[in-house]
Amino acid sequence: MPYVLTVSPDFTPKHIAGWYIFNTWLQRQSDMGFHVELYNSFNKQREAIADNKIDLIYANPYDAAMLVREKGFKALAAPLAKADEAIIACNGEAKISAIEDLKPDLKIVTTDDPDVHLMGMMMLESADLDKDNTNIEEVDGYVLVAKKLLQQQADIGFFLKDAYHDLSRLIKDDLKILITSEIFVIRHILLAGPELQQHHQQLQSLLVNMHNDPKGASVLDSMGLKGWEKQTQEDTEFMIDLMDTL
Amino acid sequence: MKLHYYDGNERTVDIIDQEVPFPDGRLIVSRTDTAGVLTHFNQSFTDMSGYTEEELMGKNHYILRHPDMPAAAFKDLWDTVQKGEKWSGYVKNLRKDGLFYWVHAVVIPNVRSGEIVGYTSVRRKPSRNKINQCIPLYAEMLAEEGEQSCPTC
Ligand SMILES: Cc1cc2nc3c(=O)[nH]c(=O)nc-3n(C[C@H](O)[C@H](O)[C@H](O)COP(=O)(O)O)c2cc1C
Repeated sequence: MPYVLTVSPDFTPKHIAGWYIFNTWLQRQSDMGFHVELYNSFNKQREAIADNKIDLIYANPYDAAMLVREKGFKALAAPLAKADEAIIACNGEAKISAIEDLKPDLKIVTTDDPDVHLMGMMMLESADLDKDNTNIEEVDGYVLVAKKLLQQQADIGFFLKDAYHDLSRLIKDDLKILITSEIFVIRHILLAGPELQQHHQQLQSLLVNMHNDPKGASVLDSMGLKGWEKQTQEDTEFMIDLMDTL
Repeated sequence: MKLHYYDGNERTVDIIDQEVPFPDGRLIVSRTDTAGVLTHFNQSFTDMSGYTEEELMGKNHYILRHPDMPAAAFKDLWDTVQKGEKWSGYVKNLRKDGLFYWVHAVVIPNVRSGEIVGYTSVRRKPSRNKINQCIPLYAEMLAEEGEQSCPTC
């Protein structure tokens, strides 16, 4: 039975192929069998994790606590220079320019991307806004968040910073950024489940050296990553603690 | 003004009644050992404190204590986190230059293999309303504490 690799459902569509290429690369390098299984929602993915169907996961930081503390996963590596940051934006014509201008009962459009949503809500606190005095609508992806703002069907939207900057020039010209998080330490991590523990060292060393090898570097490029760096258990525990305070 | 700390240390500082705004989008993060001695902190922590990294490392967290903060707030903080629970509250902090900044702080125990090995505080931008509620409350608490320590004053 091959080990199962899965990717946080918030992966950018243009990098899906990259994860399959990564899977092939990993199998060749490690001489182990891996199989990619993708889920189109966080809930579906969490069910698979609960059923012990996952061995290797590129996880959203929000799920790291559950993976590490409840399912015995251990972090292998984190992507180089790729923190998750959130942007709160509004329609370019809106008469607001800062978070403090926002008033209760406003309409928020968001995605099921859990860490971005958490960061977005956290950045609204300084305006005394929370889930009880706002209306939150969840849509299926950041392009739809932008669309809702452009059509003035929502007042503000939460974006993953990278996804915002991937929007077309035309769309961005009609939006306005109110705030961008600069947290730096919240990022996706690659974690290995209990069944893979004996291969931990081997996998970790393959990953951290991946960008030094021309083939590895081109695989990384197709995943939209620059490389991997070692993630220690304490790095992960710290990130989990930090998420817990948000 | 001379500030006295619980461990007998003291320092003299000119308190300046001027606020430094919390940097938008940032978190001010620090970690301490179980005694409250700083072990890690991020750039925003250093920037906002007005100290250098070298000046902060290994210092007790009370280096940021503002005289307008009542002792009861910190007692509550310590009682809560030592029990293994999360504490949150609004804190007015003192900078090296005597200016101040308000934060909404969340402090949690760092539990490793079932034991508390230290504490992490993550601070974010507070709402102005909440600060305005805290100001009279803290002043009242401070006045009460003054009466308790000096009943005849
Ligand atoms: C993780 C952590 C973060 C803390 N952050 C602050 C802080 O930002 N400002 C502050 O005045 N005290 C902070 N404290 C509390 C101090 O340790 C100390 O109790 C407080 O400054 C009162 O000083 P005193 O004990 O000398 O009266 C923190 C404690 C912990 C454990």
